[in-house]
Amino acid sequence: MDKTYYNPKDLKKFGNISEWNEELGKKFFDYYNSVFEEGKLTAREKSLIALAVAHTIQCPYCIDAYSSDGMQRGIEKGEMMEALHVAGAIRGGASLVHGVQMMNKVEKLSM
Amino acid sequence: MTKKSLAFRKNKLSDPREQLKYLSNGIFQDGELPKFKEKLDEGSEFPLKPHTLEILQINVGYMCNQVCSHCHVDAGPDRKEIMTRETMEQILDVLKNTTVNTLDLTGGAPEMNPHFRWFVEEASKIGVEDFIVRSNLTIILANKKFHDLPEFFKKHNVHVVSSLPFYSKERTDKQRGDGVFDKSIKALQMLNDLGYGKEGSGLKLDLVYNPAGAFLPGDQKGLEDQFKKRLFEDFGIEFNGLFTITNLPISRFLEYLIVSENYEDYMEALIDAYNPAAVQNVMCRNTLSVSWDGYLYDCDFNQMLEMKVNGDAQHISDFDMDELAKRNIKISQHCYGCTAGAGSSCQGSLVE
Repeated sequence: MDKTYYNPKDLKKFGNISEWNEELGKKFFDYYNSVFEEGKLTAREKSLIALAVAHTIQCPYCIDAYSSDGMQRGIEKGEMMEALHVAGAIRGGASLVHGVQMMNKVEKLSM
Repeated sequence: MTKKSLAFRKNKLSDPREQLKYLSNGIFQDGELPKFKEKLDEGSEFPLKPHTLEILQINVGYMCNQVCSHCHVDAGPDRKEIMTRETMEQILDVLKNTTVNTLDLTGGAPEMNPHFRWFVEEASKIGVEDFIVRSNLTIILANKKFHDLPEFFKKHNVHVVSSLPFYSKERTDKQRGDGVFDKSIKALQMLNDLGYGKEGSGLKLDLVYNPAGAFLPGDQKGLEDQFKKRLFEDFGIEFNGLFTITNLPISRFLEYLIVSENYEDYMEALIDAYNPAAVQNVMCRNTLSVSWDGYLYDCDFNQMLEMKVNGDAQHISDFDMDELAKRNIKISQHCYGCTAGAGSSCQGSLVE
């Protein structure tokens, strides 16, 4: 086993997951490729969403992949950071909105 | 931002042999990555042969008013290599008797050659279908004597192809130098004022996009749409098409890749994106490149690596179309730059 859990070179081997289950692997990658095609959202918009989600799920492979993808698509630094703040706001909001639950509970228990 | 050429700094990469050594050693020598020849072999494309000659690309000199950090020519104000009028006359003689339909002037800043205007006047009399001048735009504002270049281009129906790495100041100036973006915008507006890039004017203005870093260009059409939108909304600028060009790992871009420790990853990215369909249309198959001193090369990149065409007819004064048509095109690992993804050439991407 490697000494670290993540190796940047493993990103290129993503496709190898099909080796142990070709049918599901193929279905997944066909789906994946279709998702990122130009649709009602542009491929550029989807790339920014992917970047934000990558940070939300804190996937280093995805961050590597969609930072590079954004550069290639001409997405600017400012746009990337704004997308991250959307992710950050939702993440932070998800914690804070539970504050209502906390407040409800505390109120209920209080005299 | 690099301020001086490799040649001026006496950097060892200013010697093409050192660059070629770098491109053949290390990852390519120990078999970690396949050499370009092996990739061509897989598709039975080795040796690479030319199609009909259509484009003559003339490098009229390496002198330039800019020192861009990615420049494959290692051009700059300190470069003194300039084409003589005698060599230009030899080119005009060849032009009269070939299948060439596109004449493509490049440099350096081609306008800095003292015989530039004379050459354009004489060449336009011969009447090629497409007469390109690759202008860096800022030259138009660099000195009073260049201010009338847009009118001069219009008079000779020159197709202007200009580098503009990005529609934002930050990325552009980082690659091409402080103040370049603002001057480029002003020059584009001057060209637009004369009708360049406007529908129906017949005056063509195309832009060239090079990635400002160690990444490949994205989809040409997608980037063109963005460039058109942003340049029009922000500056009222119009242009015809955007050519996306992949940076080839030679000269100053190679230096950048090595210094920034991106070289191996970049080469791997180029090889991963190898597209056999692009090989069919690579520009070395329909183009010849002529250097400032009249030698012939398969492309401008081979010129910078001093890889002259195969065969005995290596100089414009010995131009022999039959010999050249039979030649094997010279290759090395830098060629991966033209076959990656949708392919890359001086006319942009190669496949839809």
